[in-house]
Amino acid sequence: MRLNVNKLNFAYSDQRIIHDLSFEVKDGEFVSILGPSGCGKSTLLNVLAGIRKPQSGQILIDGKDTEGISTHFAYMPQNDLLFPWKTILDNVCLYGEIHHQKEKMREKARMQMARFGLAGCEEKYPGELSGGMRQRAAFLRTTLCEAGIYLLDEPFGALDVITRSDMQDWLRNLCSNLKKTILLVTHDTDEAIYLSDRILILGAPGEGIRQEMAVTEPNRTREWLYGQGELRAKIHRIIKEK
Amino acid sequence: MRRNISKAAPAAVILGLLVIWELTVRIGQIPLYVLPSPSATLRTFVVEFPVLLRHGAITVMEALAGMGIAFLISLVIGILIDAMPTFRRCIYPILVVTQTVPTIVLAPIFIIYMGFGYAPKILTVVLMCFFPIVVSFSDGLGQMEEGYLNLVRTYGGSRLQIYTLVKIPAAMISLLSGLKVAATYSISGAVVGEWIASQSGLGYYLIRAKNGYMLDKVFACVVMIILLSLMMNGLVKLFGFAVLPMERRRKTGRGK
Repeated sequence: MRLNVNKLNFAYSDQRIIHDLSFEVKDGEFVSILGPSGCGKSTLLNVLAGIRKPQSGQILIDGKDTEGISTHFAYMPQNDLLFPWKTILDNVCLYGEIHHQKEKMREKARMQMARFGLAGCEEKYPGELSGGMRQRAAFLRTTLCEAGIYLLDEPFGALDVITRSDMQDWLRNLCSNLKKTILLVTHDTDEAIYLSDRILILGAPGEGIRQEMAVTEPNRTREWLYGQGELRAKIHRIIKEK
Repeated sequence: MRRNISKAAPAAVILGLLVIWELTVRIGQIPLYVLPSPSATLRTFVVEFPVLLRHGAITVMEALAGMGIAFLISLVIGILIDAMPTFRRCIYPILVVTQTVPTIVLAPIFIIYMGFGYAPKILTVVLMCFFPIVVSFSDGLGQMEEGYLNLVRTYGGSRLQIYTLVKIPAAMISLLSGLKVAATYSISGAVVGEWIASQSGLGYYLIRAKNGYMLDKVFACVVMIILLSLMMNGLVKLFGFAVLPMERRRKTGRGK
């Protein structure tokens, strides 16, 4: 699915957060959004997910205007937000439960558990899993939404460095098979370089996109990432510019 | 070793107090109508057990009925308080005021309005149990992290589903705390109701024993009230295990 954002505006009372923001994410593209704290990255995802209402602007999916909450988007927040009173299987089937297709979704979820490294965890509770496994369960819940566009808001932000890099490797492999349109908000420059086809760097609140850069390397490894010092330094310079 | 001592300490303190009480009565030769000894209380409790059980069953029935009604009303009021801020502002002061009036004052009024049957006793229990349940439940509903609610909203969940899937299950732990307090109050509430006017129940037994200066029976009745209150508390714990499976698993030590 293709996403177009046209002249989007959002403000909290008198504080302008997003001003005339326009960008495109092509079908199947992985785009990361970087930027300084408070620049409106997460707010942008909230607006796209329909949690917050923009003052003006258009959100187009495959050229069609969409408003409010849309089933084309699957939103994954920073915290895993798994319900502690539900088993992992019931948690990942939340979308099905809401849309009265729980049984059908349970079947589908069971088939996906191993692929998400959750085999044997179906009847466990979130409190019994590690942080990485919980994030994987949250990601499985997101993929089961049957949406065309994933909105990932710092999904690995709460994890330790080692688990985070494992999860990035895992997500990279998974995404190459999923072929979904993904918009990732992150603070982690390496994460953006490693996972994205394109990186959008936002400026100060209301400033919009400061720069955009493509990452074209098809065969990415950790070693390749460690050699991206120049790109990393360039991104940091752009983010820090006043 | 230190752990074992700290585990045994509460039981040792209770046992020590009972021994002091027993010795005080025996050495001081305190008559039964002033202070029965623990051994005399236990003896009477065993002898009177069938009678206490018969009266206790009625008290428990009133307590359960009152708790059940208070629980159902609390669910409705709790959800309304959470969903409608104006309703909360209107109802909360009234709820607080109802708790400032002593039950012992209200019980005779209920009897005047409702007669000598079970109704005034059940209403007394409702009044005592309602407040802790509704406050704990409505607080629990309001404490859910906004992220969970947004997640359900972005998945297309309705307002009703936000309650059934998120808020009510999330409020269960808080609700159970309120229910445990209410369960402890419920037997006392029924006894107060029976005390004023009744033909049966532990309150009736208690007032008759007191009027006859049979203090061993009064104390035996108090023991029964304590046991039944603990039983009501246990029932709430069982209810908790039934509605919170992850709690059950945590307590039984399964999982990580």
